[in-house]
This record gives sequence, C-alpha cells and structure tokens, in this order.
Amino acid sequence: MKHRTFFWFFLPTGLAMLLFIAMPIVSVITQSMYAPHEAVLITVENCTPFACTEETTIDQEATRELRDAQPLGRFVGWDIYLNRGHLAVAEVAEIWRSAESWGGFFDRLGNLPFYRAMAFTLTYTFVTVPLLIGLGLMIALAVNSLHRHLKGLVIFFSLLPMIVTPIVGALILFWMIDSRGIIGNLIIYLSGDPQLSLKASTPLMWVSLIVYGIWHSAPFAFVVFYAGLQTLPKDQLEAAQIDGATRLQQLRYVTIPHLMPLVTFVALIKLMDNFRVFEEIVGFNASAHATSLSWIIYNDLSGETRQLSSAAATSVLTIIGVAILLSPVLIRTWRDFRGRRV
Amino acid sequence: MFLKKLAIAGVMTVLTGTTALACEINARVSIVGNEFPAIQTVGANAQACTGAEVNTNLTADHQQINVPGMQGNPAEYTSAIIANSSIVALMNEDVIRPLDDLVAKHGEGLARNQLITINGEVMAVAFMANAQHLVYRADVLEQIGVEPPKTYEEMLEAAKMIREQGIMENPLGGAYAAGWNLAQEFNNMFIGYGGTFFKDGTAEPNVNTEAGVKALEMMKALSEYMNPDFLTHDSNATNAEFRAGNVALMNMWGSRAATLTTAEGVPQEVIDGFAIAGPMTVGGGDIPASTLWWDGWTVAKNISDEEAEATFIAMMHGIRPELMQDEDVRTQAVWLIDGYEPTEAAVGVFAAAQAGTVPYPMLPYMGLMHTALGNELSDFMQGRESAEQALADVEAAYVAAARETGFLQ
Repeated sequence: MKHRTFFWFFLPTGLAMLLFIAMPIVSVITQSMYAPHEAVLITVENCTPFACTEETTIDQEATRELRDAQPLGRFVGWDIYLNRGHLAVAEVAEIWRSAESWGGFFDRLGNLPFYRAMAFTLTYTFVTVPLLIGLGLMIALAVNSLHRHLKGLVIFFSLLPMIVTPIVGALILFWMIDSRGIIGNLIIYLSGDPQLSLKASTPLMWVSLIVYGIWHSAPFAFVVFYAGLQTLPKDQLEAAQIDGATRLQQLRYVTIPHLMPLVTFVALIKLMDNFRVFEEIVGFNASAHATSLSWIIYNDLSGETRQLSSAAATSVLTIIGVAILLSPVLIRTWRDFRGRRV
Repeated sequence: MFLKKLAIAGVMTVLTGTTALACEINARVSIVGNEFPAIQTVGANAQACTGAEVNTNLTADHQQINVPGMQGNPAEYTSAIIANSSIVALMNEDVIRPLDDLVAKHGEGLARNQLITINGEVMAVAFMANAQHLVYRADVLEQIGVEPPKTYEEMLEAAKMIREQGIMENPLGGAYAAGWNLAQEFNNMFIGYGGTFFKDGTAEPNVNTEAGVKALEMMKALSEYMNPDFLTHDSNATNAEFRAGNVALMNMWGSRAATLTTAEGVPQEVIDGFAIAGPMTVGGGDIPASTLWWDGWTVAKNISDEEAEATFIAMMHGIRPELMQDEDVRTQAVWLIDGYEPTEAAVGVFAAAQAGTVPYPMLPYMGLMHTALGNELSDFMQGRESAEQALADVEAAYVAAARETGFLQ
C-alpha cells in the first residue's frame, strides 16, 4: 500500500484512537500529578437537630480564589505515586532497613495497600490464566469429539458461565459458599469442622476467587480453541496416524502446535483481563481478604471524600502493570514480524 | 420495580385524599437522594407539586452522583437529600446554597432544630433522625434470666450465657463488613471510650490512643460471638441473621428497626421476641457507644433563583406536617417534623438522643478517616496484627489521603 493511501485509510481509526485512547490516558496522567488545593480551614459554629457546636469547615471564599487562580489544583509531580497509598517508597525503605528476615519483610510489605493488592492480583492472574487455558482446551477437545447432534446443546451449556454477568455470577457463588449455603455446608460436612467458613479464611477466599475466575473465563478459551480445531488440517492428522502416533502424541505434536497462536491470543487477552480483577472482589465482599488495583480505584472514588488524584495515579500504575505483563508476548510478536521480513 | 411503583401510587392516593394545601411551582425541580422508605415518601410528596416538572433519582449510589450532578452550571440536581456525613462532601465542593432567605419566605412550620446551620447560615433542612441502638430477643434474654444489656460488657456476658446454654451458637450480630460498616462500628466504640478522632482544632489524626486500642479489643471480643463470616456482613446480612433467629443481640440502625420483622417468612418466635432498647455504653463511660444522625435536604447553588424557590417549596411540601397523620408514614422513621408522635419503633433513637449520644462528626476530613478505618481494621479483626499496628496503619493511610486532598501539609 502506498503511504498516501495508507494515511487516508488509517485516518478515521487513528482519530478515534487519539480521541478515546490517547486523550483519556493523557488526562489521567495529568490528573495524577495535580492534587486539590490546600484547604483553608476555619472554625465556625454549626447547629444540628441535637446541639450547636464549634466545628471546623472549609473557608469557601478563600478556597474559591485558590481554585480560580489555578483550576487544575496544585502541582505535586510524582508525590502521589510515591506516597503510602501507592508505591510507598519511604515505607518500603524503612521496612527493608528494619526487617530481619525475608518472611518479615514480605509480611510487612503486605500491610501496604499497593503491595497487598499486587500480591493477590499477580497470584490470581498467574494461577487463573494457565488453568483456564488448560480447561478451555480440554472442553474444546471433548466437544469436538462429540456426535454432531449433541454438539450444539453442549456448546450452549459450556458457554453459560460467560453469558452470566460477572457480578451476578459472583453473587450466586457467594451465597453458595456461605456457611449456610450449599457448598459451604458440604465443606463443613466433609471437613467435620462446624466453624470452617470459606468467607472467614483468607487462603480459602483466594481459592474461591480463583475458582470463580476460571469458571467464568474458561468458556472464552473454549470458544477460541473450538474454532481453531475446525481448521485443523485433516491430512496432517491422518499422516500422523499412519506413522503410528498415539492419540496423546497426535495432540502433543499436531493439534497443540496448530493452536499455539490462539493460545498466545487467549493468554494475552486474559492476562490483561485478570490483571484488572474487580467484580469478583465486590461480589464476594472479599475486600478484607483480597484487593486489586481496580478495587483501590473504586474505593478511592466511592468514599465520602473522592480522591481523584489518588485514583488517577493507581490507574496509571495499572496501565504500566498491564504493559509489563504483556511485554514478553509483544516482544516475541515483534521479533516474529522482523524475522519474517528478513 | 412494580412494587415500588405501587408503593408510590399508594402514597399518592393517600396524598390526594389528605392534601388541603395545593403545591404550585413554576420552575423545574430535580431531587437526588438515598433509597429507603422515608426518603421515598418525601420524594413522592415533592412530586405531587404541579406547575412544573419534579424529577427524583433515589438510589443507594446517590453519593457517587450528587456532587458531579451539582457541580455543573446549571446544576442537574436542584436538591440533594443527604445526612450529616454526606453534607460535608457538598460543603467541601461548595455546591449548595444558604437557605436563610427561602426559610424566611416559605419556611413557616419548620422547627428551630430542623435548620442545619453552618457558620450562621442555614445550609440544610433536616426531617428525620437516626442512630444505632440495641435490638434484641426478649424471649431469649428471659430464658437466660438477664435484663437487656445497658453496656457492651453486659452484652458479652449475655452472649456467653446464651452460647453456654446451647440456645444459639453465635448469639451476637453486627454490621462488621470490611469497609464503611466496620469503620462505623469502630467510630461508635471509640466515642464510647471517650476518644476524639483528631487533635484539637487540626486535621491531625488521633485514633492510635488508649481509647482506640480498647475499642478494637472490645470489637474483637464481640466478634468471637458472631457468625465467622462477620467481615462480609453488612446491615442487610445482619438483619437476615436476626430474622432467621440466629442472633439474639445486635447494634442496629433505628431506620431499619421498624421493618425488621415485617419481612416474609420470619418465624413467629422472632416476631414475638423482637424488642428495641437504647444504645449501650462501654468501659464505664457515660456517652453511649453510638452516633446520632440526621437526614435532610439541601438546595443547589448553581441554579436560578426561580428554580431554588420552586425546589424549596416542593421539598417543604414533601415534609409537611399533615403527612404525620398517616400511620404508615409515621412508622417509617423518627421524623423531626412538627406533629410527629413517636411509634414503638422509635424508642431506640429517642433513648439515644436522651442519653447524650454525640452526632457523627461533620468535619471536612472525616470522610477520609472513615475510609482509612474501613480499609485498615480488617487485618486486626482477623488476628493478623496487633491493635496498635492496625491503628498506626489507619493513621498512616489517613495522613497520605489528607496530604493529597490538602487538609494536611
């Protein structure tokens, strides 16, 4: 394609990307570097139905002057990124100096909101993604070997978890694992411990969230792999059979290599998705046990005092996190691309 | 949705039957507020005004939308229904107007204590009061032979007896869900032990104190008698436990007490044994371990004078004294409206007010403290860290947030 043609061809997409992707990111980065003005506080008398008291409030006139002079707020640079709510540089340095063992270091690191969220998010992402790919592949192979009359029905039921709205699915499972729910009761019966509760224990809550994550995402992997299986070249498979390959060897040396680009695709999408884990935590009321960066953003914005700058900084950190996670795959794709040209 | 419409329609018929005073307005009114029966009544009655459109948007997520919806010029919402915690966000952003002129012109019938004044200006009109207080099962307490507890120490003793006698495994309830609820229970207990959240006249935190440690230890002791899932139980889940007959004693919101046993399928012994008492004290203190709340309405700043006047008239219509003649409306809340006679469900909130319960602090930075408490206390409740460490974490999280928002330098 000529450069000129390409330019006109790409222009609408490019404009849309600029407007809906680049500009919001610039806006979020700007927001994260500005904080609200220092509040001008005054003491006044407030009267409520119960009593009159001396209380502190904001001096609106003085604050308005400050706001009019600098509508963006005060420039704080990287301060918000480095404070306790985010990277907590000073706190981490202090823990590093005073910790006596690795265990103690990680224990105290987990006390800081950002690192606590990262611990869960990374565990969740790296456990969920391989397992959901494996499960999706197994379902796809199983469905593919079914009789064609049965296929439609089985495909429909396999897709159900993906059709259910995430937060609704999470709530359903949340009630099932309640100590009075069906799964919770079963676990109590199996373990013989009446005090055992999935919701009260951090490790069990993590397991529940991960199980939910796999259950919810496996259909996506299944659909992609099932589509891939339809393009599996029959002659290669037959050649392998003639060479005496067992079913497992056919899978190992023919089917999986054929599906590999799709595995990369599913891994890429799901790494991104699971890094932003959120609905599960809200649906399971699990914030006492597990948090994520998305949950921190939600929490910053839903308090009585909204912390926009803090939420913006966490958003930028999320973008950076996703970029780091995807970098190995992206580098590989780029190398493949270069290799092909040479 | 259908039931809600039906309920609103019911209110409307009552209204058209009893209204003597017509309500005429000549500019748009748009109300945003929380969603519970008392507020729905106020909203539906404001909508009875004729002459211009009155919209309501009553939702549990009102706090997420009221500030953005009032920041524009003209503001989307001409009135926000808020409580003493949430008026602070509107004050901080300077989106509500003083009401003195409108009170003078249209405010006949308002009692002095309904006017919320800040710095000498009326900023909101309160219409109901709320507080957390004891809700208990009289039949269970009779069975173990104790009086309703007046202190949290007595509550613990009663809980121990109920468990030991095998009546209930987890006799205590409490809205201890991590986040807002858990922080609110800490606030109650902290105030009960005589704590103050901030150093005098500043935004410096003051919760890592003896009162804070004692408050946490009491909460931990109480939680031993709660359902092990207590960190996921908000008010709704706690009420469900009470309704199911699994809980004998709990600290619950007055606004929810009236309807606690009216849900479908509540066992007869729970309905019969259900009783309400005032809030409890703790650690030998005189001030109850609870906070007083009011709900009221405000008028937006960024609207025309006609719209402000129309809003004021419509909202006044929503809280007019004639409504207090309706039995159903009376039981919905502890109304501050002239002519209200307390129902049985109001006993707890009245006892709270009489016992000198302090109002929830109306400070610009209290919301940040509440958020910090909600995030940082669950580690202690799970036994993963000491009370001192948890409170140190709260202070550190609060300081970081307060520096960012400009309340601390």
